[in-house]
Amino acid sequence: MGLEEKLPSGILLTSVEKVAGYARKGSLWPATFGLACCAIEMMATGGPRYDIARFGMEVFRASPRHADLMIVAGRVSQKMAPVLRQIYDQMPNPKWVLAMGVCASSGGMFNNYAVVQGVDHVVPVDMYLPGCPPRPEMLIDAILKIHDQIQDMKLGANARAEMLENEQLALAAPSILDKEGLLRRRPRTPRWSPMG
Amino acid sequence: MVPDGVSELDVIGVRQGSFNIAGSGDTSGFGGLVSPIVMPGPSERPYGGWFDEVADEIELSLQARNLPAASVIEKVVVDRGEITFFVHRHHLVEFARVLRDEPGLRFEMCMGVNGVHYPEDAGRELHACYPFLSITHNRRIRVEVTAPDADPHIPSIVGVYPSNDWHERETWDFFGIVFDGHPSLTRIEMPDDWAGHPQRKDYPLGGIPVEYKGATIPAPDNRRAYN
Amino acid sequence: MSNVTYTSVETPGEDIYAGSYETTEGTIYNLAGGDWDTIAAAPEGEKERIVVNMGPQHPSTHGVLRLILELDGETVTDARCGIGYLHTGIEKNMEFRTWVQGVTFVTRMDYLTPFFNEAAYCLAVEKLLGITEQIPERASVIRVLMMELNRVSSHLVALATGGMELGALTAMTFGFRERELVLDLFEMVTGLRMNSAFIRPGGVAQDLPADGEKAIRDTLPLLRKRMKDTADLLIDNAIWMGRTVDVGYLDLQGCMALGITGPVLRSAGLPHDLRKSQPYCGYETDEFDVPTQTYCDAYGRFLIRIAEMHESLKIVEQCLDRLAPGPVMVEDKKIAWPAQLAIGADGQGNSTEHIKHIMSESMEALIHHFKLVTEGFTVPPGQAYAAVESPRGELGAHVVSAGGTRPYRVHFRDPSFNNLQATAAMSEGAMVADVIAAVASIDPVMGGVDR
Repeated sequence: MGLEEKLPSGILLTSVEKVAGYARKGSLWPATFGLACCAIEMMATGGPRYDIARFGMEVFRASPRHADLMIVAGRVSQKMAPVLRQIYDQMPNPKWVLAMGVCASSGGMFNNYAVVQGVDHVVPVDMYLPGCPPRPEMLIDAILKIHDQIQDMKLGANARAEMLENEQLALAAPSILDKEGLLRRRPRTPRWSPMG
Repeated sequence: MVPDGVSELDVIGVRQGSFNIAGSGDTSGFGGLVSPIVMPGPSERPYGGWFDEVADEIELSLQARNLPAASVIEKVVVDRGEITFFVHRHHLVEFARVLRDEPGLRFEMCMGVNGVHYPEDAGRELHACYPFLSITHNRRIRVEVTAPDADPHIPSIVGVYPSNDWHERETWDFFGIVFDGHPSLTRIEMPDDWAGHPQRKDYPLGGIPVEYKGATIPAPDNRRAYN
Repeated sequence: MSNVTYTSVETPGEDIYAGSYETTEGTIYNLAGGDWDTIAAAPEGEKERIVVNMGPQHPSTHGVLRLILELDGETVTDARCGIGYLHTGIEKNMEFRTWVQGVTFVTRMDYLTPFFNEAAYCLAVEKLLGITEQIPERASVIRVLMMELNRVSSHLVALATGGMELGALTAMTFGFRERELVLDLFEMVTGLRMNSAFIRPGGVAQDLPADGEKAIRDTLPLLRKRMKDTADLLIDNAIWMGRTVDVGYLDLQGCMALGITGPVLRSAGLPHDLRKSQPYCGYETDEFDVPTQTYCDAYGRFLIRIAEMHESLKIVEQCLDRLAPGPVMVEDKKIAWPAQLAIGADGQGNSTEHIKHIMSESMEALIHHFKLVTEGFTVPPGQAYAAVESPRGELGAHVVSAGGTRPYRVHFRDPSFNNLQATAAMSEGAMVADVIAAVASIDPVMGGVDR
């Protein structure tokens, strides 16, 4: 990019990050990638009641070359996946992806041959929004969380440092199966044994 | 494995056990249960209501075209208020023409093709069901055609009912039934280079196990089922 | 991080999506932008056919529909539809779920008309069970009520998106504003704005809330008044008429040849409506007209949709008058869905009365609840076909049972799937802009087309 790539880490870069973040989140243009039921809720979010024009986002750009945010709204079938990737590639940087709905986040209720089990198999996702379909208020909440991400986005030298750090964290991260959630671990030794 | 009073044609399979588990997983005792799956059998005349009128018209029209009804119609099933004509596939196009053109029948609309795969119904594994609607007489019938897996060819009725174009392509896509005479029998729902015919019973559902923290749930077709 | 640049491994300057390749018909050039020179350098005398792909991602193709248009200037000489971009394998997935769980799948097919999908499926399952006569009257009336409200909301989206695709953006905001009123009613009755899995085999999932009837009655005049706004904006509007009159022309002969049903067929003059000819769920006792036009074009279909919305509101009023107290699920306890929901103290919806009944009062009720929810009821073997008049045409469900707790095969004859075949007949010879108007007037919903 420009000036911000060359600034050294410090107060000047942090101020530029704040201004750039504010400007970017203030007019984030979504790309029309409405596929199924979630697309209708996305359109309703753009409608008069749940107006996203107040966030500067009512211009759904049809051309991905003008768009910043790709809201993948709906189930992505195997046939649609290459198209999704092509549209993502055509978007210029900086770009963000919001997986709207359970079908885009993880395949949803359609755990079968025809649906890609989560668009993160195809494009890198910044925000997952569950729901079937998520209410417009939920979509606005997810969009505002992305706005916060954008506001705090680092540039230039800070961004490169953050990328290295994230890479280390990702390499060391445990797989989901190894994590402990609400499932209580079975004790390794049984508390009672028929052998006494 | 055919119960009394039921013809071979109507047994489409055998249900074994109760929980879709083989081996020692099932301790309920229901695992040894074996019962045939019997679809509704052929009906005897009179069928009741306007079914007889339609059946008579069909037989007369076929006769006028030098096609004896017995060689065209395999069986007639009247079940749950609907009449189904099982037709030999070689005569399907002529049958469709009769349904469309005869003034007493006038089935103007064919509501598409539905394929059904009965893998245990030897020699008749692939069924294609055609619902027909007559707006003039306000009637509905169904025509069913069978084809074996070894020779999955059914003549296309696109020449008689052009609306069946995409329906036949979809049935080819999902079941592998080749409709002879179709102008462009290509895949329509799956990607063009997909291998296999997804809605056949021998094609897996294709899901993946669902990961949770510390556990996985198998895909829907691998879970316990209640038969 | 999604703002990382990736370097391509191909030669720099080469676009992986563009290029040229040889076929038996000649060279095919794919253009992706900024590469007109490759065409300009092509040898003269090669037969020139321009094929434009209005790809699956497009603001005006009414969903993920791919239109492949062969152009001669601005005139379309050949139009083909590429579908399947939303294929979800719903029909196969239902073979691994119980009959009632099938409702939650089926409701997401044609996502603008979830109640119609559910109704067609449930009518077919009830036919197989043989309980069509035993569905309580209140359940049928509630089904008709929800279906007609759904018809209104679906036509509102049809007008809204049709208007947006043709450039009338205010029609879009009007349509979605009215639709919010209807979605509020859906949320009040079923708990969800869309895809509610409310109509189940045997009846409906639960009764109307206590103030439901009044809320619906209060919304009707507001809906009528607001729908007038859209009508005033577009009817007799010179620009709208210029875009839709004589566009997407398909006369009765064409409709019958292509098996078209719904507003497209009614715009050709034939008043065919399954609610009148083969009534279900008690439609025979409702008084309403079937709007028909003779223009055979997009404008006629638009007028029909507006008139149908008003007729639907009439039916809704008659349903509200006919509501009598009674059960909403079939009496047979081996089939009726046992669970009841109510908004409880935790705001989450379990009915404490029902839980008290099954846990403390009746062992049999607990057993029924458990067996019906986990295993589901069995349906005797056979096949049935049930059709309803959805806002797009005849929606038919062909259900085959092998005697088990799961469907053996479910297939939906979706009206949009069938009606989209008319795109070629409507668009060839017209201009590119008319293709959009024609597709918008067919009003396909790709979820139903691809299932």
